[in-house]
Amino acid sequence: MADNKKIKPNATAKEIPMAGIITTPGNAKEFKTGDWKTRVPVHIEENCINCLICWVYCPDNAIEVKDGKMVGINLDICKGCGICHNVCPTKIKSIVMKNPD
Amino acid sequence: MKVRKALTGNEAMAEAMRQINPDVIAAYPITPQTEIVQLFSNFVADGKVDTEFVTVESEHSAMSATIGASAAGSRAMTATSSQGMAYMWEVLYIAASMRLPIVMPLVNRALSGPINIHCDHSDAYGARDSGWIQLWAENAQEAYDNLIQAVRIAEHSEVTLPVMVNMDGFIISHGLEIMEAEDDDTIRNFIGVRKPVYHLLNEKEPITMGPLDLQDFYFEHKKQQADAMARSADVIREISKEWKDLTGRSYDMLEEYRMEDAEIAIVALGSTCGTAKVAIDQLREQGVKAGLVKIRVFRPFPKEEIAKALAHTKAVAVMDRAESFADFGGPLFRDVRASLYECDSRPKTISYIYGLGGRDVTLDTITQVYADLQRLVKGEQVPMLNHLGVRD
Repeated sequence: MADNKKIKPNATAKEIPMAGIITTPGNAKEFKTGDWKTRVPVHIEENCINCLICWVYCPDNAIEVKDGKMVGINLDICKGCGICHNVCPTKIKSIVMKNPD
Repeated sequence: MKVRKALTGNEAMAEAMRQINPDVIAAYPITPQTEIVQLFSNFVADGKVDTEFVTVESEHSAMSATIGASAAGSRAMTATSSQGMAYMWEVLYIAASMRLPIVMPLVNRALSGPINIHCDHSDAYGARDSGWIQLWAENAQEAYDNLIQAVRIAEHSEVTLPVMVNMDGFIISHGLEIMEAEDDDTIRNFIGVRKPVYHLLNEKEPITMGPLDLQDFYFEHKKQQADAMARSADVIREISKEWKDLTGRSYDMLEEYRMEDAEIAIVALGSTCGTAKVAIDQLREQGVKAGLVKIRVFRPFPKEEIAKALAHTKAVAVMDRAESFADFGGPLFRDVRASLYECDSRPKTISYIYGLGGRDVTLDTITQVYADLQRLVKGEQVPMLNHLGVRD
C-alpha cells in the first residue's frame, strides 16, 4: 500500500493511489498550514504583560504558553490572520505583523 | 441449468439482482423502474436474498447510501429512471470518481418537461460524461445478461468503475418475453465475491476516501479515471467471451446485423434495434442491402469497431432517442460521425432524433429511414438533421 508521505509533488497519475485515497491516516499533522501566511506575527517580549488575550482569540491555537506566560508563536500552524495583533491590549503592541523574510 | 421463462424486462432485472444477491441495495421507486425495487423488496421479505435493503427518502440519498456501502467494501446496487437519476446527478460523478464498482439498472424514461413517463434516452445521455460505463439492451434477455456481466466489469481490478445497465422503459421493462435465465449457482460462481483493493472497513489499513483534491492532483486522478475507462473496453470483451462460453449468448462492444455487404445502415441503441432487424429482413427480401449497427457499450465508446463496421457503407442514419439541443443531431450521431472521420472513404452520415417521450417506433418508421438512405445514395437531397415522424 502506497505511503502518502512518500508521494512527491510531481508524482504522475500512475504513481498515486486511485481516487485521491489517503492511505496514511493522521497525516494532517505533517501538513504545515503556516505556509499559507503572507504576514508573520512577531512577539515583542518587553511590551508583553502576559494577559494571554492573544491565546484566547487565536483561531489556530498557535500561541505558545508556558507556566502562565506567553513564550512564542508556532509559525508552522499560524496562518497570519493578525487577530493576536488586533486584540493585544498593550499601548505599544506586543505582537506586530511583519512581512515574511 | 438454464430455465426458459416468460418475464418482463423489470422481472428479468429483478431476477438477475436476486441471483447477484448484493450486500446492500438502497433504492427509491420511480416509474417505470418501480417494479424492480418492489420485486426485490419481496425477495428480501421472503428471505430469498441476504441483502441489506435500505429504503431511502430520495434518489440523491439512494445513490449516496449506495456509495457509502460500496466504499465500505460491499457489493452495492440501486436502480432508477429519468427524474430519479437526474436527482442523483451530482452523486453519480462522486461514485465514478471514488472508483466504486456500483451497478445500477437505468430504466430509460424521458426527462421532464413536459412531464412524461415513457421511453426515451434523455436520462442516460444526461449522465454520458459522468464516468459511468453504459451498457445498453435490445430486450429483456440482454438486460438480464448485461446486468450480471456488469458486476464483473465494474469490479475488475483494471476497471473499478460504476456501470449503468440501460433498458428501454415500458417497451422492454413492461413487455413480456421468453428468455433464458441461468441457475443461481452458475451466476454466483460467475460473479464470485468482490475483492476491493481499498475499503473503509479494513481496520488493518485505515484509509480516507473522497478527500479534497486541488490543483496539484485533481487532474491526475481524472486521468486515472479516463485510463480505467479506456482499459474497460478489453475487460468488457473478455467478460463477454467468458459469458458466451458459459451461456452460449454472445456479446461484444457492438452487434453488427447483416453488415457484411450492407450499403446503407442504421446505428441505434436499445429496443429500436429489434424493430430495425425485422425491417432489414424485409428489405433484404426486396434486394435492398440494409444493415444495422447496434451499440451495446456507449461508454467507453467503441470508435474503432464503428469505423470498421461502417467504412464500406454508402450512407448511414444514426438514431438518437433524445434531443440534445445542439442543432447538430444527438450525442450518438456526433460520436459516430467523429469515429468515421479517420476513414479513407466514409459514408454520408445523417441524424434522426426519434421516439421522444415514448412515441412508438414501428416497422414503417424504420423503413422510412432506409428509404431516405436509398434516396441519399442515389444522390438526392436528404437533410443532415431530421426529427423522425414529428408533426411539423
